[in-house]
Amino acid sequence: MGEARVIPIDKHVARGLCRGRTAGGRPCRNRAGESGYCRRHEPAALATATAEVEDRSRFEVELERLLSFTRRRMTGDYAVDDFGFDADLTENVLIPMLRPVYDRWWRIEQKCLENLPSEGAALLVGNHSGTLPWDALMMKLGVFEGIGRHCRLLAADLALRLPIVGELARKSGNTLACEPDTVRLLDKGEVVGVFPEGFKGVGKPFRERYKLQRFGRGGFVEMALKTGAPIVPVAIVGAEEIYPMIANLRPLARLFGFPYFPVTPTFPLLGPLGAIPLPSRWMIEYGEPIPTGGFGPDAAMDPMFVFNMTDQVRESIQQMLYRNLMVRRNVFF
Amino acid sequence: MTKQRVLITGVSRFLGGRLAQRLEADPDVEEIFGVDLDEPTVELTRTEFVRADIRNPLIVKVLQATEVDTVVHTAVIATPARVGGRAQMKEINVIGTMQLFAACQKAERLRKVVMKSTTAVYGSDPADPSIFSEDMSPASHPRGGYAKDAWEVENYARSFGRRRSSVLLTILRFANFIGPVIDTPLTRYFSLPVVPTALGYDPRLQFVHENDAIEVLYSATRQDRPGTFNVAGDGIVYLSQAIRMAGKVPMPVLVPFAGLLGSMVRQTGLVDFSPEQLSFLMFGRVADVRRLKEIFGYTPAFDTQEAFRDFIGKRKLAKVFSEEQAERWERDLFDFLARRARTRVSPAEEEA
Repeated sequence: MGEARVIPIDKHVARGLCRGRTAGGRPCRNRAGESGYCRRHEPAALATATAEVEDRSRFEVELERLLSFTRRRMTGDYAVDDFGFDADLTENVLIPMLRPVYDRWWRIEQKCLENLPSEGAALLVGNHSGTLPWDALMMKLGVFEGIGRHCRLLAADLALRLPIVGELARKSGNTLACEPDTVRLLDKGEVVGVFPEGFKGVGKPFRERYKLQRFGRGGFVEMALKTGAPIVPVAIVGAEEIYPMIANLRPLARLFGFPYFPVTPTFPLLGPLGAIPLPSRWMIEYGEPIPTGGFGPDAAMDPMFVFNMTDQVRESIQQMLYRNLMVRRNVFF
Repeated sequence: MTKQRVLITGVSRFLGGRLAQRLEADPDVEEIFGVDLDEPTVELTRTEFVRADIRNPLIVKVLQATEVDTVVHTAVIATPARVGGRAQMKEINVIGTMQLFAACQKAERLRKVVMKSTTAVYGSDPADPSIFSEDMSPASHPRGGYAKDAWEVENYARSFGRRRSSVLLTILRFANFIGPVIDTPLTRYFSLPVVPTALGYDPRLQFVHENDAIEVLYSATRQDRPGTFNVAGDGIVYLSQAIRMAGKVPMPVLVPFAGLLGSMVRQTGLVDFSPEQLSFLMFGRVADVRRLKEIFGYTPAFDTQEAFRDFIGKRKLAKVFSEEQAERWERDLFDFLARRARTRVSPAEEEA
């Protein structure tokens, strides 16, 4: 290791000093760069300073990223928005954890990504299926992989009430499916994802697969009309087969306070192993955006208009589903 | 406009006392009367202290004799420990406020009432919107403790406002107070070395700095700002994040045991933890402050995280784990691991 490099400081230019310490333990008096350290003390620069020619290996980059993430978590040094979205945790932990499931387990293929806006608000409306809402998570990840934006999902209060699940749901940017939150997010220019079928869709029996259920009460259309955010229909093929639900034990569901209690070929027969979803092959298609601006402020107040638009969205998702099912050769390959 | 004559309830408590001090510095305030049971804790020069119990009907005599035109009601208390139990606290909060408003109705000169309330009236429930604005009503109103008192007290205030519509009524719903001086259950909670939390839950918290709180009370007293306003710093902080910022260690507790732990902690007298705060520590709450900024016309100087940092910085809380330590560890660990990896790689390269 060479001698300490003296970096000339122009005190008039210097806005802050380095946060590091010298070998003697005194605070370093060098000028700080963007990171708050001088060039010598900056953790990223250490490798280049010591090993002069050697490029920093991938290992070091990863190590540095991991350590600095750990430090941020240990000192609470990260930003969250009012809804509780913690981008630091989502991008560094949750998304990397889900990526293998997305790439390897379900081998998700995305179509027509150009229909997703690169900026501004949009309301993504998808079909809901699969007993557990994996499809919502995969769509969220798909949007991030496709256009690098975080899709803010609208969830049921049951999900937000559960320990750990509720906490992670909030931290990954999701919120309660209710009008004030949705309008607030769309007004902020976020991409919002909603599954209007709700529990009716996610908890429907296997024999009704790919048949869209009633689309709520059209609330999502009202909110899109109020904010002028375009509606992007999304068809998700493959999620219906992950836990084929052959029966619903209603008494048990009532006992636990769940909307349904599924019986699948593996659950509850194999116990916790039944929670492993089947590795179907997925396809996510984004449909042409349906503009909602320009109908005037009264459109959201006109129930007939809202019903028609709801049907239009539902119909376009159903068509996309059929189209993709036609080209699918096999559920698993 | 004639000079203002102000009566403050709860003057021996932090907010009431500081508000009185703030008003004393204003020459346009003619006289200030402070009502409470105990002597004021802060130094007051021209505030006239009136030892009176707002629960006693005699309070009407005080209001009439002092000829005040403004009443600032800050005597709604959040913690039962200091007044001797929950029953006593409810008595002071609810009966006291009823009596005070009954007296206000008889005070002819009165033209303004400012009331301290809390965002706790929104409750804490995952079935509620993430961000509360003033006109939202929550899925369920609070069923116990301070939050229930505050909700009932607000209702008395509103019905008073209807009965005497010429009186301007300002209700200020404050988020949790934080700051270098103020003492609340939450500031004591964050002063514990190991902070118990609910396992699997991480509530969103919102703070208002004590200085901002006093400024808002002061503006509401001096200017006419009728209506209900949420008062909080911008942004939020997660409980886990706040604990880390304070350099403390979180101790997650299973929710069924949390009540038990809460009562154990209460026994020690360190933190006044009441059971209704459990849902707050599970789900938290966030209020919208747009109305405060746009209609009331006040933007808090501290956002939530700044207010919290001011609290930990000025209190000099003993940090179990500090930022400097974390940075040093980060650098040392990086040095160590990177060097090890490099020495492991280079001999192999020489062979090749």
